[in-house]
Amino acid sequence: MTDKDIFTIKPKEGEAWDVVIIGSGPAALTAAIYTTRGAASTLILGGESWGGQLMLTTTVDNFPGFPDGIQGPDLMNLMRKQAERFGAEFVQKNVETADLGKKPFELIADGKKYLSRTVIISTGASDKWLAIPGEKELVGRGVSTCAPCDAPFFKNKKVAVIGGGDSALTEALVLTKYATEVFIIHRRDQFRASAAMQQKVLDNKNIKILWNTEVTEIVGKDKVEKILIKSNKENTSGEMVLDGVFVAIGHVPESRVFKGHIELDEKGYIKVNDHTKTNIEGVFVAGEVHDQHYKQAITTAGFGCMAGMDVLRYLDKSVPSW
Amino acid sequence: MATLDVSDSEFEEKVLKSQIPVLVDFWAVWCGPCKMAEPVLNELSDEYKDKLVIMKLNVDENQGSTLKYQVMSIPTTILFKGSQEVGRQIGFAGKNAYEDLIKKGVN
Repeated sequence: MTDKDIFTIKPKEGEAWDVVIIGSGPAALTAAIYTTRGAASTLILGGESWGGQLMLTTTVDNFPGFPDGIQGPDLMNLMRKQAERFGAEFVQKNVETADLGKKPFELIADGKKYLSRTVIISTGASDKWLAIPGEKELVGRGVSTCAPCDAPFFKNKKVAVIGGGDSALTEALVLTKYATEVFIIHRRDQFRASAAMQQKVLDNKNIKILWNTEVTEIVGKDKVEKILIKSNKENTSGEMVLDGVFVAIGHVPESRVFKGHIELDEKGYIKVNDHTKTNIEGVFVAGEVHDQHYKQAITTAGFGCMAGMDVLRYLDKSVPSW
Repeated sequence: MATLDVSDSEFEEKVLKSQIPVLVDFWAVWCGPCKMAEPVLNELSDEYKDKLVIMKLNVDENQGSTLKYQVMSIPTTILFKGSQEVGRQIGFAGKNAYEDLIKKGVN
């Protein structure tokens, strides 16, 4: 990092930042690259577990610029370095409360107060759980939401993936490299995943599919021993003895902290007006905390860019085009 | 003091027979969250110098300990005191979560 890359000065103790960005996935870090280069003093409250969903992946093949693919965590490290190069301050703490009713806005992270003229909410989404008996107790003991992290522990074992979207099918394919038997348990009679992904799964002899089936309980003392399942089409139920359960039934937006201040839809996604604005002037939103359609690293980075540019316009700073 | 490495063959000597509590981080090179945990564990290792040793066990190279302690998700960190497990943290949940775990064995 050289000084010539830095266009802004940090606020003194007790003064407000030009922008505080909450989150540290592709949306947040892209926003920070734009706001710092536009000379807005920028603080990223990135969360203890920083980097977002890409930290839980292996090779990312659909991010432009990396013809041979790139590891998700490596991509996030590069984005973070790029944001920090232009002077973004990165605090690896979770935001506990956000008072967006006063100006400057007040954010508390790890007990410390931060003031800001504008806020970009880019807190993303986290894994959705089944919320059935046994699930919570057995996380890390056979229950997982991250096949790329945990698949190698299921070498020569029997596992089930719950879900029917792209992420469920990807997890199942990852697991076939290790487990001897992989079941996909899906509550509908068809997948929501892309055609390419469906074909890969249907062609794989090691994957068996249970349609119209729901898991009602995960059973095990120190580790997963079996699951209880029922058909939602016929009135039948049964059990499956297995070693691992991978839950991939989608994501929920991380918007809890803002409830009461920021308008959310019935699913908890932040409502967007005029591209990146929320119901509060000066508070912008970017990424999967509002987008329930695209959910890609590249689209969320694009949303971050938009929010960064809109913050600069709001602060009356010029947007550099280089 | 940075974190130290430990293997299956050294586990008893370095962890179970240690005079002070040992926090063992079960990790692997292919694990994204383990990379996030690494700098945090290094920091903690300095902050708890003389009170706690933090060791890293590579699960690919040391399947004996991995199986024995039923680690099925990484990172998993287990705190040992007087040869016994006194607590574990599954997944990377940040520095505060590690400190809560450490407090189970270190005053």
